[in-house]
Amino acid sequence: MFDSPAKLALGLLTGILFGFLLQKGRAAKFHVIVGQFLLRDWTVVKIMATAVIVGAVGVYALAATGLASLHVKPALWGGVLLGALCFGAGIALFGYCPGTSVAACGEGRRDAMVGVFGMLIGASAYVALYPFLQPVIKRLGDAGKITLPDITQTSSWLWIGGLVIVGSAALWLLDRFEAQPSERGLAVSRYS
Amino acid sequence: MSNPLTWKSWSPFLVGAAIGVLSWFAFATADKPLGITTAFENTAALIQKAVVPGVEQSNEFFAAKAEKGQSPKIDWEWMLVLGVFIGAFLSSLLSKDRTRENVPPLWRWRFGDSTAKRFAAAFLGGALMMFGARVAQGCTSGHGISGALQLAVSSWTFVLVMFAVAVATAFLLYGREGARHV
Repeated sequence: MFDSPAKLALGLLTGILFGFLLQKGRAAKFHVIVGQFLLRDWTVVKIMATAVIVGAVGVYALAATGLASLHVKPALWGGVLLGALCFGAGIALFGYCPGTSVAACGEGRRDAMVGVFGMLIGASAYVALYPFLQPVIKRLGDAGKITLPDITQTSSWLWIGGLVIVGSAALWLLDRFEAQPSERGLAVSRYS
Repeated sequence: MSNPLTWKSWSPFLVGAAIGVLSWFAFATADKPLGITTAFENTAALIQKAVVPGVEQSNEFFAAKAEKGQSPKIDWEWMLVLGVFIGAFLSSLLSKDRTRENVPPLWRWRFGDSTAKRFAAAFLGGALMMFGARVAQGCTSGHGISGALQLAVSSWTFVLVMFAVAVATAFLLYGREGARHV
């Protein structure tokens, strides 16, 4: 029923840091998340891409030295595609992702609180429908717990090196050429 | 120079890098990737176990999880979710960046100021999103950050498809005009 108290405390500490960072990154705000999907506010992409670049280097280094193991999720094509479809439509309507909706509740946002209750209902539906969902999830096959280096039969470090270089360059360009919020305000008043 | 903890926002690159380092911490100390939605699945399963008699026998979900040694419980991930709430609460308290907003301005511009309408959309959107996350076995954290940084094929596929669907849905809901009201 419960993990050990030490593990629970560790989870709580990790979560507090995660929530603090999401709030400071302005990711717990409706207009920032929806603004990303309207391709107007690139905060979410900047946060996630930076986290992936920095995370990849450290996690692969930890795995290489045996200090951690990878936990890759299986490529169950039916599940990944159907899930991404529902998730994409749901996140745009809700205006928060699962982690940031919990952070938005911490910030006091009432619509996020209602949505988190909806999330519990969505999870309940998944559990209740589990037996009927299995054929759909497994429909297009299971390629297993594969990574990009696995399928291309190349070194992980080649991919990580590429990710660091290409990712950093793309982020720099994005930040350099993205319209600033003040300019956006000007554009609105000028054209509307 | 004021205390950064009281600032309303930090650079997204700083926040992203710190979340990256936090993922090293999670892998190294708990042998876990950062993820949010498994805790919701476990909570839902525990509730069904409590209120539906014999569900552990009738629904193969429970046997499948037990076989993997992942029977639903109050675990590291559950506390992670609780922590996210507390962390965001503390951050917003320190920066006085708190709100009791029912209807976000962008929503109001497009759909009016009915609280019931906004709450209904939030409920449906939240339910659909979580259902999708469990079907795909991950969310913006589990696939988007933790899975992508492990270079998982499933996660990169999920992120690209999800992002495209979310962009299409956002433009259907708000139109091109909506982008000017962000």
